[in-house]
Amino acid sequence: MYPRALLTLSLATVAAIVAGFALVFFYAPLDADQGFIQKIFYLHVPLGIVSLVGFVVAGLHAIRHLRSGDPIHDARSYVSIHISVIFGLAVLATGSIWARASWGKWWVWDEPTLVSFLIVFLLYATYYPLRYAVEDRDRQARYASVFAIMAGAFVPLNFIAVRLAETLLHPRVFATAEGGMPGSMWLTFAISLLGIALLWLTLVRFELAAKSASAQLSRLRRALEGSPRAAPAGAESRSSAAIGAR
Amino acid sequence: MPALPLDEAGKYVAGAYLVFLALVLVYVAIMAAKLQRIDRELRSLVALAEERRTGGETERELR
Repeated sequence: MYPRALLTLSLATVAAIVAGFALVFFYAPLDADQGFIQKIFYLHVPLGIVSLVGFVVAGLHAIRHLRSGDPIHDARSYVSIHISVIFGLAVLATGSIWARASWGKWWVWDEPTLVSFLIVFLLYATYYPLRYAVEDRDRQARYASVFAIMAGAFVPLNFIAVRLAETLLHPRVFATAEGGMPGSMWLTFAISLLGIALLWLTLVRFELAAKSASAQLSRLRRALEGSPRAAPAGAESRSSAAIGAR
Repeated sequence: MPALPLDEAGKYVAGAYLVFLALVLVYVAIMAAKLQRIDRELRSLVALAEERRTGGETERELR
């Protein structure tokens, strides 16, 4: 995916995020219970959803990698986890700010939603040391894929467990017996979610493009310097060597 | 807990959105640094390729 498609995707991302934030501050009504502080919801929740879905997507790419052996799927799995971890960091930061404003505390340890997300985040934080602890590139990719599949399967299970758990403070907004949000809030949330999802996709595409360029440069250098380690032609953008070398 | 007054809530809301913006900007800065590194590498490879070409031409002229 190169210049034109990436440019279109970037412009769509900017448009969706600007539209989403404009709706948040100029259209969505103030929450009757929380007031203005509830505006964090339109950032925090989409980031959380996209981050968790990104981890599952990484697992699906990892399955394709193990089935086909094609390093491009390993690269996609790695980059999906990478961007989702960054989004996860944003979820924790925005959630803490919201918690401080709403509950008077930065963190609540006996709240299942918060702690379970932290567990998922820390689980994926171990992906990097695990990956780079293995020297051999093929083994590194295989082990990373197994990790991504196992952890990716854990994410929905964890989500279901949290939904079934008795919540103490963290609100349940979707599919509640009380009827959930009004239409204007739903629309604002949907556009915000679209913007954050497009941002995730754009960053993934940029990261993949940068890794592909680095891998091609490495191949070119080896070819020019006459190194016997030069990779076969056509493998450049599909090489996981770029990830192994970082 | 009752809703915070607007002047107090505004600080937290601004803080949350600024954290998000800061993370995106840090990421863009890291990507810019990567792009610079790729550019440097590409320039050195172009120089190497030109050196090879001029070296080859001199060798042919000598023959």
